[in-house]
Amino acid sequence: MATANIEVSETPLVLYALRRADDALILGHRLSEWCGHAPAMEEDMALANMGLDLLGQARELYTYAAKVEGRGNDEDMFAYLRDVRQYRNLLLVEQPNGDFARTMVRQFFYAAFADLYWRAMMGSSDPTFAAIAAKSEKESAYHVRHSSEWIVRLGDGTEESHRRAQNAIDDLWAYTGEMFAVDDGERGLIDAGIAIDPAALKSRWLKTVTGIVNEATLALPKSDWMQRGGRVGSHSEHLGHLLSELQSLQRTFPGATW
Amino acid sequence: MYTQALNSSDGDDRGVEDVARTSQFQARIDADERIEPNDWMPAAYRKTLTRQISQHAHSEIVGMLPEGNWITRAPSLRRKAALLAKVQDECGHGLYLYAAAETLGTSREELVDGMLSGKAKYSSIFNYPTLTWADIGTIGWLVDGAAIMNQIPLCRCSYGPYARAMIRVCKEESFHQRQGFEIMVTLCRGTAEQKAMAQNALDRWWWPVLMMFGPPDQVSQHSDTSTKWKIKRFSNDELRQKFIDATVPQAEFLGLTIPDPGMKQNENGNWVHSPIDWDEFKQVLAGNGPCNRDRLAARRKAHDEGAWVREAAMAYAEKRKSRQLAQAAE
Repeated sequence: MATANIEVSETPLVLYALRRADDALILGHRLSEWCGHAPAMEEDMALANMGLDLLGQARELYTYAAKVEGRGNDEDMFAYLRDVRQYRNLLLVEQPNGDFARTMVRQFFYAAFADLYWRAMMGSSDPTFAAIAAKSEKESAYHVRHSSEWIVRLGDGTEESHRRAQNAIDDLWAYTGEMFAVDDGERGLIDAGIAIDPAALKSRWLKTVTGIVNEATLALPKSDWMQRGGRVGSHSEHLGHLLSELQSLQRTFPGATW
Repeated sequence: MYTQALNSSDGDDRGVEDVARTSQFQARIDADERIEPNDWMPAAYRKTLTRQISQHAHSEIVGMLPEGNWITRAPSLRRKAALLAKVQDECGHGLYLYAAAETLGTSREELVDGMLSGKAKYSSIFNYPTLTWADIGTIGWLVDGAAIMNQIPLCRCSYGPYARAMIRVCKEESFHQRQGFEIMVTLCRGTAEQKAMAQNALDRWWWPVLMMFGPPDQVSQHSDTSTKWKIKRFSNDELRQKFIDATVPQAEFLGLTIPDPGMKQNENGNWVHSPIDWDEFKQVLAGNGPCNRDRLAARRKAHDEGAWVREAAMAYAEKRKSRQLAQAAE
């Protein structure tokens, strides 16, 4: 049946592209859930904007993964016909929106990384990655600016907004470590100059994050325990629900064209 | 977050109507001149436009909900991006329409409060539910199609800020309309289930869409003065007829049947529709449509749950200002 999950040949390069595509799709999807329900119309516009940027990044990365894989899969098959265990995104991006503070903290943690990541990836020896990086870097620069402005406003705003922002930081902090992890397959790509070593970005990421968090009169948790698993398909319970919504039409009407 | 500058009355003589000014005003309208925010205008002109532009803005904002209902379930990444961009466009339309309304002296905050309290109206079409993906195609094809018929003449409306806002809105709406029609084409060329989904959506939306043009000309309350002021350039029935005549061949192209077995073409080539159930229209307008309560509840929830965010932004702006003042004083 056409509803069955696709099989993916996860060579290191395919897997590398899929992981970043999944990050962008899942976070973009989360942002799109706000559409029509944001705290102000200007935020409806901004959240949709960032969601659209991320969806665009996901589509380019899936298309590249499909090309490298060469098995006839395409962007929609990757997005709509893989189950939870086949998704490779960071645990951070699948965390539910919660309140506006949680959405902004999630966005800030990710964008502060993505901005450095894509800027470094512009030097990739793989021309497709370098081109995707050049576009994505401009977009993530805006995402960092937008979310960090909100972290400062919320942290240094009212007692309630401070409390909510601090709770969000405390709850999401353990999901940030995964951004800097590398496995053997990725190590090979790094050695070949195709990928960059995310560990090299960590101190700059921490500097950006600490600077904004301090300005916001908030604090980073002391715990350095970090959750992992998203990169190998061990997700939180939240992703399954997101996918059942995202994939509902493709799963209900096998093989139809939309 | 909301503009406050226009909240206060500026104490001028805008309320004072005199015959000479009114006839000068009408002469400018008759000469097809544009009225601008600082020009003198009769209080009733101001009131009519404030009502119309803000209702239009509310419609854009409430209109985000039925389509937003499908963003997370759009069936392909291309459709998902297009739908998210479309709903974002609607929010943008809402924002510049509120800005146009504010030039008449009422703040966006007051206008939005009117909508949230249920006092101000928005287009009744958004009180119908989107049940399947075909509804997204149908809304683009028919609802945006009808909106364009209504709005193109407004690009020549006598009030400058409204006319200019409409030029931009219409460009984006026609893009949305083509997108919607393209969804319908894909469904109608798809599986039998998809085609049935498309027909069912047309069946549910057809009559409410015809009602979008408003009551028949004999009973329309606002038409006479609006026509005299060149806010309205065509009557409800004229626009409705134009829409039907444009839509019938499109439905034929799709292989769909318009759910009006009694519809006939007259000697002028116009398609004459069967009587519209104006009682349904009145009920939906009175708050009894299938989604009136859901739509208002969703807008109120977003507004209420966003209150702490808006308060934080204001508190932060205040703190920053007083810090800057303190620094400057040092």
